[in-house]
Amino acid sequence: MSPAAPAAARPPFASLKRLPEFLVIWVPLLISAGHVVTFALWTTWMSFTPSTLVPADGFVGLRNYNAVLATRNWKIAFDNLLLFGSGFVVLSLSAGLILAILLDQRIRGENVLRSIFLYPLAVSFVVTGTVWSWLLNPGIGIQKLVNDLGWTSFRFDWLIDRDMAIWTIVITAVWQSCGFAMALFLAGLRSVDGDLVKAAQIDGTGPVRIYRRVILPTLWPITITVAVIQLQFAITTFDLVRALTGGGPGIATQLPALVVYDFMFQRGNLGRGAAAAVLMLLVLLAVLLPHWTWRAIQNRRAARG
Amino acid sequence: MADTSINIRRIIVYGIVWVVAAAWLFPLVVVILNSLRTAEEIAQTSMIGWPRVWAWGNYTQAWDTYCIAQTCSGIRPYMLNSALVTIPATLISTLLGAVAGYAVSLWRFRGDSWIYGIVTIGIFLPQQMRLLPWTLVLRDLGLTNTLAGLVMIHTIQGMSFTTLFCRNYYVSIPADLMKAAKIDGAGFFRIFWRIVLPLSPPILIVTVIWQFTHIWNEFLYGVTFTTGTQQPVTAALIALATSVADVPQHGIQSAAVVVAALPTLLVYLFGGRYFVRGLTAGAVK
Repeated sequence: MSPAAPAAARPPFASLKRLPEFLVIWVPLLISAGHVVTFALWTTWMSFTPSTLVPADGFVGLRNYNAVLATRNWKIAFDNLLLFGSGFVVLSLSAGLILAILLDQRIRGENVLRSIFLYPLAVSFVVTGTVWSWLLNPGIGIQKLVNDLGWTSFRFDWLIDRDMAIWTIVITAVWQSCGFAMALFLAGLRSVDGDLVKAAQIDGTGPVRIYRRVILPTLWPITITVAVIQLQFAITTFDLVRALTGGGPGIATQLPALVVYDFMFQRGNLGRGAAAAVLMLLVLLAVLLPHWTWRAIQNRRAARG
Repeated sequence: MADTSINIRRIIVYGIVWVVAAAWLFPLVVVILNSLRTAEEIAQTSMIGWPRVWAWGNYTQAWDTYCIAQTCSGIRPYMLNSALVTIPATLISTLLGAVAGYAVSLWRFRGDSWIYGIVTIGIFLPQQMRLLPWTLVLRDLGLTNTLAGLVMIHTIQGMSFTTLFCRNYYVSIPADLMKAAKIDGAGFFRIFWRIVLPLSPPILIVTVIWQFTHIWNEFLYGVTFTTGTQQPVTAALIALATSVADVPQHGIQSAAVVVAALPTLLVYLFGGRYFVRGLTAGAVK
C-alpha cells in the first residue's frame, strides 16, 4: 500500500476546509457534463412533442420524424451527405496520403510546404467559403479569367449547376482540410520502424514495393482515425455551405445541418427541427459507435498482448 | 545512369509539391490582391488579377464605413465583438480546463472517470443538438443577443476540449512527484500552483491557440443568438458578402474578408507548431 492510502480512504472533501477545492473541481465539471447530458436528452424529448414556435408538452410519437423524412429537403440533404461525405473523405485521404509520401522524401523546404498545406485549417469556413464562392462564380471567377485570356468556350460553372454544385463543396472542403490528413499521415510515416525499411532495402526491394508492402500497412489505424474525424466534420457541415452556396442553387446543396436550422429558425417548427437534429446525431453515431468499439477491442488486445 | 533517374524523380517530386502548394496559396493571394483593386477594375476583368492602381482605400472603407445590413460602420464593431467574445472565453475555458484536467488526472475521487468521460463526449455532440437548449438558457438568464451569452456558451462547450488536452498532458506528470508533494502536506491548490502550473506552458499554449482559433471562427451560434451590431465577425461576413449593392463592391468585401481572417492567420503564423499539435492531440483522443 502506498503511503497516501490512509488519506485516500477518508471520505473525500470531508472537512469544511476542503470545500473550496470541492467547489472548484465539481462546479465546472458538473456544468460541462450536465449540459451535454441534459441538452441531448431535452432535444431528443422535443423531437417527440408537437412543439412549433415554442416548446410544448405532449407526445406525438414519431410524427415529427416521419414528417422530416418525407420532405424533399431532407431527402436531398441526405443524398448530398452521402455524396459529399464519401467524395470528401476519399479525396482528402488520398490527397493527404500522397502529399505526406512526397513530403517524406527528405525534400528541402518541408516545413514551409507543411505550413502551406495546413494554413486553411486556421481560417474560418465562412472566410474560405466566401473566397471560393467568388473563385467558382463563373461571372467573376476562374471561368471569367480563362475566358478573358482567350479560351472563350471554357466553362467552369459548377457553382450554379444543380447537378455539380455539391462538388464545389467537396473541392473547398478537401482544399481546407486535407492538410490535416497529411499531417497525421506524415507523423505515421515518420514513426515506421527504420530497421524494417532497411531490412527490405538490403533485400533489394524497390521503393514503391517498400511503401506498398512495409510502410502503408502500418498506416491503417491512422487512416481510420482520420476518416472518422473527416466524416464527423462532413455530417455536421454548416458554415461552409452557408458561405459557399447558401444551400443552392435552389436546394441542390442542402445538407442535414441546414435542414435542422431551417426547421428551427426559419419555419419555426421546433419539433421537426429537433427530430432532424436527432437524425443527424444518429448518422453520426452510426460512424462513431463502430469506431469506438473497434478502438476498445484494439486497446484490450494491446493490454493483453 | 542511376543518378539521373534519381534526379528526375526528385524533380518530379519537387514539381508536384510546389504546384500543389501554389494551388493552396492561390485563394489567399487572390483575395489579398483583390482587396487592393478598385470595384471598377474587378468588374471589367475578373476577381483574379494584379492591381493596376493600389486601392488602399478599400481597407479604410471595409474597416469603418462600409454598410452591412442597415449599419454603415464597416466591420470594426463586429471585429470588436469577436474579440470581446473570443478572448474571455478562451482564457476562462483554458483555466477551467486546466483545473479540471489536473483534478481528474492527479486527484482520484469518486466518479472522476465518469464525469471526465461525459465531459469529453461533449466534443462529439453536434451543435444542432444544443441550439434549442441554449436558446432557452440564454432567455432565462436574460443573455439573449449579448456577447456575455456567447462567452458563456463557448466557455462551457470549450471545456470539453480544454479538459481533454490538459488531462492528457497531466497524466504524464510522475506519480512520485505528486506523492512527495502530498507527504509534504501540500494541498490541492498549492500543488497546482507550485508543481503543475510551472510544468504547463506547452499544453496551455496549445489549448489557448486551439480555443482562440475555434471561437473566433465559430459561426452557427453567432448567427443564431445575436443580431445586428451584436454579431461576431463571421456572421457579419455572411451578411456583407451576400449584401446586394448597385455596384458589386468586391474590393471592399475582399478587404473585409482579409481583416476578419487576419487574427487567426497571425496566430497560425507565429504559433503554427502548437496549432498543429492541438490538431493531432484532438485526433488521438
